Amino acid sequence: METFFFILFAVVAIFSGLMVILKKNPIASVMFLILALFATAALYVMLMAPFMAAIQIIVYAGAIMVLFLFVVMLLNLSKIQEGGVSALKIIGALVAGGIMVAIAVVVRSIAIPADSGFLRELPAEYGTVESIGRSMFITYLLPFEIASFLLLAAIIGAVVLAKKKLE
Amino acid sequence: MLETAITLAKIWGVLITLVGLAAIMTWVERKQSAVMQDRLGANRADVFGIRLIGLFQPMADGLKMFWKEDFIPPRGDKFLHTLAPILAFFPALVIFAVIPFGDVLRIGSLEIPLQIADLNVGYLFILAFGGLTIYGTVIAGWSSNNKFSLLGGLRAAAQMISYEVCVGLSLVGLIMVFGTLELDAIVRGQNELLFGFLPKWGIFVQPLGFLLFFPAVIAETKRVPFDLPEGESEIIGYYTEYSGMRFGLFYFAEFIEIIVMAALFGTLYFGGYNVPYLYAEGFRFPWGAEWNLPHLVVVFLQIGSFFIKMAFFCWLQVLIRWTLPRFRYDQLMKLCWTGILPLAVLNIILTGLVLMVV
Repeated sequence: METFFFILFAVVAIFSGLMVILKKNPIASVMFLILALFATAALYVMLMAPFMAAIQIIVYAGAIMVLFLFVVMLLNLSKIQEGGVSALKIIGALVAGGIMVAIAVVVRSIAIPADSGFLRELPAEYGTVESIGRSMFITYLLPFEIASFLLLAAIIGAVVLAKKKLE
Repeated sequence: MLETAITLAKIWGVLITLVGLAAIMTWVERKQSAVMQDRLGANRADVFGIRLIGLFQPMADGLKMFWKEDFIPPRGDKFLHTLAPILAFFPALVIFAVIPFGDVLRIGSLEIPLQIADLNVGYLFILAFGGLTIYGTVIAGWSSNNKFSLLGGLRAAAQMISYEVCVGLSLVGLIMVFGTLELDAIVRGQNELLFGFLPKWGIFVQPLGFLLFFPAVIAETKRVPFDLPEGESEIIGYYTEYSGMRFGLFYFAEFIEIIVMAALFGTLYFGGYNVPYLYAEGFRFPWGAEWNLPHLVVVFLQIGSFFIKMAFFCWLQVLIRWTLPRFRYDQLMKLCWTGILPLAVLNIILTGLVLMVV
C-alpha cells in the first residue's frame, strides 16, 4: 500500500516537474508546478512530516504560486518561441544528465547502518507540530532567530527597493 | 475493513449533507434578500400546485442550469476553463474533513469519532486548502480571455492573498490559549469552565481574535461587502464567461464555503458541538445539580448544537451580504493591512502576556 502511494505521488511529481519546463504556455507551467508541489507535500505526509506538508501547501502552493500566477497574468506572456538546437543546449543537457547520473550512483552506494537512527522505530510524537515547535523555539532558538532576522532584513530591503521615492 | 467502511460512510454522509445544505442555502439567500427588500421572494416554483414556501426553487435552479447552453469562449483556454470551477469547488468541500461535528459515538464496543480526519495539523490543513480556493477564481478569470474576467481574477488574487495573512494571524491567539492545532482538542478544551461557571468558548477567551477573524474569513469567501472580484455592478467578475452548470459550480462553491466557514466559526469560537455544562454522562450544572442522560441523547444534543450554531452563522453571513454595500478597493486593502493585521499582532502579544501571568 505504502509503495503504491509512493510510486503514485513520485510519478505525479516527476511528470508535472517535466511538464513545467516542457509546456509552452506559462500559465500551464505554473499549474503543473502547483501539482508538483502538491505531490511533494503528499510524499512529506508519507514520511511522517504532516507539518512540513501543510506548510509546503500554505506557503508554496497557496501563496508564492499565486504571486507567480499574478505576475504571469499581468505580464500577459505569449507562448514561448522555440529556438533551434544549439551547441549550448547540448552542453547543458549533457551536464545536467551527468549530474543526475552522479547523484543516482552516490545515493545507490550509501549503505545505512542499522543503528544510525534512520531505521529505528519513530517516537510517537515524531513530526508533530509540538515536537517541531519545541526543537525550533527551545533547542535551536538562536539559529531560528538569526534566520528570522535575515528574512526581516530581506523584507525591509524589498520594501525599500519597491518604493519609488524615499523621503 | 470495518474502519474503512465507517470512514467512507462518514465521507458520504458529510458530502450529501453539505451539498443538500448548499441547495437550501440558495433558498435562504433568496428569502433573506426578499425580507430585506420587503417583498415575498422566490415562491413561483411549484410541483402540481404545491409551492412549499419556495423550497422547490433550488431544484428548479439546478434543472435550469443543466439545460442551459454550455459555452466555452472559443479564444480562451479550453482545458483551464473547464478546470477552474472544479478548482473552486473541491477545496471548499475538503475543508470540512477536519471539522468535528460531534463527540465519539459508541455503539456496543465500537467507537466512532464524529469527524472524518483528526489531523495533528488540523487548522493548518484548513489554511492550506482555504488558500487553494484562489486558483479557481484566478484561473477562471484568465482562461475566459475576457478583460473583465481577467480584472476580476486579478482582484481576487490580490484580495485573497492579503486576507489569508489576516485569517492566519487572527487565529494564533486561540491556538495559544488551547495549545494545539487539532480541532477536536480545541473543541474539547472549550468544554472546560472559566471561573467555575462560564464555558471556556473561544469567544470568551479571545473576543478580539473573533472580531478580527470574522471579517477576514468573510473577505476570503468573496461575498458582499468584499465582492470586488465579482462586483456585479461594475465588472461582472471572473465568471462572466461561464454558463450552465459550470457557473452553477461556482455558485454552489460559494454556498458550500459559507456553510464550511459557519461551521468553523462555531467550532473555533462557540464551543463546536459542546452544549454548556453537558458532559459525556449528562448535564453537570455549576450549582451542583446533575441530570444524567443516555449516551445516544448526549450525542444527539451535541450534533444538534453543532448544526444550530452552523445555521446561525450561515444566516448571519447572508444577513451581512444583504445589509452592507461594497467596499472601495483601497478601503479593502487598508482594512486588511492597516486595520486587521496590526490588531491581530496586538492580540497575539496580549494573549502571550495573559498566558504568562495566569
